[in-house]
Amino acid sequence: MTIALETQNLEKQFGGLRVTRDLSLKIEQGARHALIGPNGAGKTTVINQLTGVLKPNSGRILLEGQDITDLPVHKRVLRGLSRTFQINQLYPDLTPLETIGLAVSERLGHGGDWWRRMGTRADVNGEIADLLTRFHLLDVMNEQTVTLPYGKQRLLEIAVAIAAKPRVLLLDEPAAGVPESERHDILAVVGSLPRDVTVLLIEHDMDLVFSFADRISVLVSGALLTEGPPEQVARDPQVKAVYLGEEAVNV
Amino acid sequence: MSAASDVGYHAQRQARWHYGEVAFWLVVLACGFVFPSRYLIMTDILRLALFAMSLDLILGYAGIVSLGHAAFFGVGAYAAGLLALHGIVNEPVLALLVAGLAAMVLGFATSFLVIRGVDLTRLMVTLGIALLLEALAERFSNITGGTDGLQGIEMQPILGAIPFDMFGKAGFFYSLTVLFLLFLFARRVVHSPFGLSLRAIKNNPLRAAAIGIPVNRRLIAIYTLAAFYAGIAGALFTQTTAIASLDVFAFERSADLMLVLVIGGTGYLYGGLIGAVIFRMLQELFSTITPQYWQFWIGLVLVVIVLVGRQRLHRWVLYVPNLVIKQVAGRKAVVAVPESDA
Repeated sequence: MTIALETQNLEKQFGGLRVTRDLSLKIEQGARHALIGPNGAGKTTVINQLTGVLKPNSGRILLEGQDITDLPVHKRVLRGLSRTFQINQLYPDLTPLETIGLAVSERLGHGGDWWRRMGTRADVNGEIADLLTRFHLLDVMNEQTVTLPYGKQRLLEIAVAIAAKPRVLLLDEPAAGVPESERHDILAVVGSLPRDVTVLLIEHDMDLVFSFADRISVLVSGALLTEGPPEQVARDPQVKAVYLGEEAVNV
Repeated sequence: MSAASDVGYHAQRQARWHYGEVAFWLVVLACGFVFPSRYLIMTDILRLALFAMSLDLILGYAGIVSLGHAAFFGVGAYAAGLLALHGIVNEPVLALLVAGLAAMVLGFATSFLVIRGVDLTRLMVTLGIALLLEALAERFSNITGGTDGLQGIEMQPILGAIPFDMFGKAGFFYSLTVLFLLFLFARRVVHSPFGLSLRAIKNNPLRAAAIGIPVNRRLIAIYTLAAFYAGIAGALFTQTTAIASLDVFAFERSADLMLVLVIGGTGYLYGGLIGAVIFRMLQELFSTITPQYWQFWIGLVLVVIVLVGRQRLHRWVLYVPNLVIKQVAGRKAVVAVPESDA
């Protein structure tokens, strides 16, 4: 199996606090990999290092075998690594149409085009329409993002990440805060991602993790506790101990 | 209509010309014929409008605050003055471009300082750069004329054909042409993917980077372009008044510009133009009523604008025009000011 995303001895400290400890992860091409752990385990810090928002103190990050440890955020995106945020990071004043249009334009290399108008490229328009339809956003495409209901914003959050056509997608708690009635849309969208896209899911919701992931890594206090297929992780007494009092692990 | 063509249609919604815009420019043009005795003040308004549009490009679109935009205005002004005084470039249009490019070079060089910080840092850095240039202009008085300014500038005819006249008629139409052309260019730029990416950066730089936008490079580009615009405004100042003195770099000039955008609003290009008209009119009005205390009244108006809210003021101001437009062209053509704000 080829490895899509890999970390080697990743180490991150905030002052004296070690938030990532000697973390070595391997995520296989096309995997549905979940990274779980209790609150404060350092999951989001790992994501921020993978995407380039934070620089690790030591260790390396490899995307499809190539060292990306020192690349800035936007270059990693162009290499096929995209993410969603645990807390929506959208453009309040822009519409879903503009938000997705921009992401598609950037990927196709038209982002720096300062002459041709938005909306005059047929290939970009086609992709925008396709994404808006897939994510049930067509009816609200001209509304300002800030006025959209939370569930729609959450869908837009994921749609923007997909618009970058990632080969590796990092989903940071995609269903966080979404009311029960709107969860179905999110889960359906996550479930229908193409198989050749490698997905790393960071999640709190154990039902979602066990219904989605084919491999699970458990992070505790910034270090890897254990890793394996869901059944094995669910039976692991160490994992049970960590989650005791937090949530029952059942398959 | 298929979803894709629907998307294309709506994506170009803001880029299409509205009736209100056409009317706006027709009114501006008409002013040139209706008030032949007021060319000087109207030219002054056009220069201020262009200068404000320049600040709007970085403030309204990219979210870069600046208290030192006069730096580029000043460089443009002195460049145009020196070019004309020493007969280096005699033709005004060409000299205008060269002066704009000089300001642009400075804009590019200082953009690296500006993109590093956030709002407060940017205010201080831009302010510092303008003060620095003012001090330099004073120090090298053998070139700039020091506190006396550049004197004895004689402007050659525009394109070798149209001489500047003493009533300022040529100057007015020259400035209006330059403003309109640069407006068209800016309008094109802000509706491009590049322009949209600036708004994304202003809204959320974290996410902008996360979809692959090279944030710093885009900010450098727009800052450089805005410097070019400000330089052109400064050069117009020198060319139409035939003077360039130290006050082109003055802090008040940068600060006034902020007031213009507070009055007119940001992020829709017309804010600077409308703001410039209202700002100068108020200045004129108050200084005729109370020559000594006009600044008090300007201050009061600003406080009211901020407290009442520009949105509401715009609704009141646009109430009558929209009533007319509704009769003529139906509801869809109504002029509205976008919500986005500094």
